[in-house]
Amino acid sequence: MANVVESKKACAVNPLKMSQPLGASFAFMGLDACMPVMHGSQGCTSFGLVLLVRHFKEAIPLQTTAMNEVTSILGGYDNIEAALVNIYKRAAPKVIAICSTGLTETKGDDVDGYIVTVRKRKPELADTEIIYVSTPDYVGGFEDGYQHAVTAIVKTLVKPLPVRADQVTLLPGSHLTPADIDELREIIEAFGLNPIVLPDISGSLDGHIPPDWRGTTIGGTTLEQIRAAGASALTIGIGEQTREAALALQEIAGTPMEVYERLTGLEVNDRLLQRLSALSGNPVPAKYRRQRSQLLDAMLDGHFYTGGIKVAIAAEPDLLLAVGSLLHEMGAELRCCISTTKSAAHALLPAEQVLLGDLEDLEQAAADCDLLVTHSHGRQAAERLHKPLLRIGFPVFDRIGNAHRRMVGYRGTMDLIFSIANLMLENMDHHHAGDWPLTPEALRAATTTSARMADVTVTAGSCSTGSCGGCAPSNPTDLAEASV
Amino acid sequence: MSVSLKAKIAEVFEEPGCDKNQGKSEKERKKGCTKQLNPGAAAGGCAFDGAKIALQPIADVAHLVHGPIACEGNSWDNRHSASSHSQIYRSGFTTDINELDVIYGGEKRLFKSIREILEKYDPPAIFVYQTCVTALVGDDIEAVCQRASEKFGKPVIPVNAPGFAGPKNLGNKLGAEALLDYVIGTVEPEFTTPYDINIIGEYNLVGELWQVKPLLDALGIRVLSCISGDGRYNEVASAHRAKVNMMVCSKSMINIATKMEQRWGIPYFEGSFYGIGDMSDTLRQIAKLLVQQGAPDDLLERTERLIEVEEARAWKRIAHYKQRLAGKRVLLITGGVKSWSVVAALQEGGMEIVGTSIKKSTKEDKEKIKEIMGDDAHMIDDMTPREMYAMLRDARADIMLSGGRSQFVALKARMPWLDINQERYYPYGGYEGMVELVKQIDRALFNPVWQQVRIAAPWGDDGETLGAVQPAAKPLDFLATAAARSLGLEPEEVPV
Repeated sequence: MANVVESKKACAVNPLKMSQPLGASFAFMGLDACMPVMHGSQGCTSFGLVLLVRHFKEAIPLQTTAMNEVTSILGGYDNIEAALVNIYKRAAPKVIAICSTGLTETKGDDVDGYIVTVRKRKPELADTEIIYVSTPDYVGGFEDGYQHAVTAIVKTLVKPLPVRADQVTLLPGSHLTPADIDELREIIEAFGLNPIVLPDISGSLDGHIPPDWRGTTIGGTTLEQIRAAGASALTIGIGEQTREAALALQEIAGTPMEVYERLTGLEVNDRLLQRLSALSGNPVPAKYRRQRSQLLDAMLDGHFYTGGIKVAIAAEPDLLLAVGSLLHEMGAELRCCISTTKSAAHALLPAEQVLLGDLEDLEQAAADCDLLVTHSHGRQAAERLHKPLLRIGFPVFDRIGNAHRRMVGYRGTMDLIFSIANLMLENMDHHHAGDWPLTPEALRAATTTSARMADVTVTAGSCSTGSCGGCAPSNPTDLAEASV
Repeated sequence: MSVSLKAKIAEVFEEPGCDKNQGKSEKERKKGCTKQLNPGAAAGGCAFDGAKIALQPIADVAHLVHGPIACEGNSWDNRHSASSHSQIYRSGFTTDINELDVIYGGEKRLFKSIREILEKYDPPAIFVYQTCVTALVGDDIEAVCQRASEKFGKPVIPVNAPGFAGPKNLGNKLGAEALLDYVIGTVEPEFTTPYDINIIGEYNLVGELWQVKPLLDALGIRVLSCISGDGRYNEVASAHRAKVNMMVCSKSMINIATKMEQRWGIPYFEGSFYGIGDMSDTLRQIAKLLVQQGAPDDLLERTERLIEVEEARAWKRIAHYKQRLAGKRVLLITGGVKSWSVVAALQEGGMEIVGTSIKKSTKEDKEKIKEIMGDDAHMIDDMTPREMYAMLRDARADIMLSGGRSQFVALKARMPWLDINQERYYPYGGYEGMVELVKQIDRALFNPVWQQVRIAAPWGDDGETLGAVQPAAKPLDFLATAAARSLGLEPEEVPV
């Protein structure tokens, strides 16, 4: 529905977008015993690492090929080889996942070719899977990087296998949290189905305490699970960004696919549960029937605070669609929608327009809005505009527990509704005695006769509480004299 | 790399104020001291990061990053150097270049971006940062900035420190070079006093400068400019009229201090605001140098009196904590100036340092550590996270002080941790900050949560949640294990 407009500005102010390699690295975080590597200069990795750490409050394995000016110009083969060997020696990961950056793409490094050469020259790496994905910084954003990385994982590792009727592959979008993934796994398993989650950050970024120090990811989809995805009876993707990987699975293993545009909201979840029921031959469990009923009640309770509010929202396409649609369903008006890149998801958004822009655009359009919705960087705009901010997406660095915030399924939708409603409640304007002053005309009309005027004076003076500033005697000496 | 950048880097490495450099032959010196980074085993920021960190605290300036989204999109709003005036430095400005810019060059977009910022925000100046991709495709930011300065009549300062030029520390210096080339000395202050100083390499993190400034104010010492914490463009531009320079962060911007000495004859010294003794020494040094430079003599006496009062008050306020913290062992993982300045502060708090990292420390820093800690200085050159974890897990230290990125090494080992780097929430500067530091360490160490998180799970697997990736034990096994434990046996000894 929404019309997509691209910003005409030369300069992005307060960017909403983050880079492709960061999104790709994030996807690789969901593979077990994996070490993601950014092929670029040190800073590329450092910036991404800091953001991931601040959002998840977790140790993040992320490495760099540490390109310098000479290797940038001559080509990064030596750095790739050295990085692979060093990582293998230090952390012995099962998977090393490389993403390119703007620097190495500009130079035009042929990483696919490099990997072939490394394989020949370094037999010790034979047991280590190497995945490569091209993610130039100057194209797309976080979600695009994630999308290409998941596709690269599928293309590198999945092979066709005989179909298992009770197995499904779940492709979560990058906007889902570890708690979201756990929720979906639980739902699928409740139907007696076995999900393979790809990638699965719920095992690696969910904030558990491992018994030992590991230099790599501490959980996630194992190599065996990824390979087994070739046997799934169905691929379920969450978010438009998973379509590419779902199609790749279809091509490789012939797996039928279904991409759900979102799983935040009532109707989409109904659809999912029905589908799972049909696939498994089992009825929807009582637990979810009850949760559905609870969600309905939550929507009823919540709509008082969301109905009619004007919202300015800035997020990556799939997240924008998920949260924006729910807000719309809860009676809010999507007055200003900002996103990062083009996506088929924008067509489904119940808003007039989506601007591919930045947080400056959000701030400028939000003057008459009641609520800002975006990542933590929006807090500066929210402070300046004195408006409540609902933090969603990545990064959220000024809140803890991001891994456990749930936004999908009936329960997750309910949680999100409560967050929004409570935020509106918290920021509700309190009225004061002076909020409804009479107009001068009305006052004059009320005080034209001297008798009426005397009445008014007496009334004002008779205020005994003194708590209302409006009727305190204007001259303190009057009071002093009166009390004498 | 452009010729001008190459020349600039060579110049930075000529640094006469660096004692490491003085020990080298002229040829070696020209090679510079940037360590080759180790692919796959490297960490830390790049030169762009360093330049941005050093200059961004100049708060009324728009900092525009010319490059793809990664450089600013992934990094903006990460560090908080407090500002008492403008907030524009907290906005992220980037040209966010696209594929066409990579192919045809991004100079036009850069020029337009500068114009947009001036039209919309009207800052007194714009700093333009070069990055890897735009340097590689050959965008000439110096030329664009010069043209923009002429056209718009506002200083537009190129900061030529693309990420691949080297590590963060080099970037600090290249950022400083931009100030030396284009900013310092371009504006005259409204008036000068015999008590004017510059503070260099102080970033006013969490407002630490403000813990110190009242002391200087009380003595009548004016901070003509702080480079760059809570900085204003015009103050930095008029820094050349100060009488004395103080270097805070060891060497990050030493080139400013040495060049200002050469150009304007301003003497400098290196001091620390961390710890009671160091804070007092710093005040004495400032007073001494100012008097040497012509300030009235009574400054020395007034300084001593202030120190006496402040020290007595500080010691009194930390006495309670000192008792509780006596003998507590600290693992300090930080860099540069903090590897010794915080050591001194911790020792004043009665704590024992079981190790301090010296990864980014200069020779002078290391000398200072030895001086403070004696011969058995536990200097750690490069400790891996695994080693830190083992050290904490084995309780060879009671608390770790480090930056945010390594905090989980401590937390996963269920040991207390305190942020000592740029993302911290509490300021530790001056006498006030010392009290705060000791208070925060006490708060971290004695939190009852540590007892809680160390309680082992009754079912024997130590409460670990690795079940998520390991196959769960069968109920039968679990019962057998429990039964074995209740008999005081290891499960393996019981046949199932």
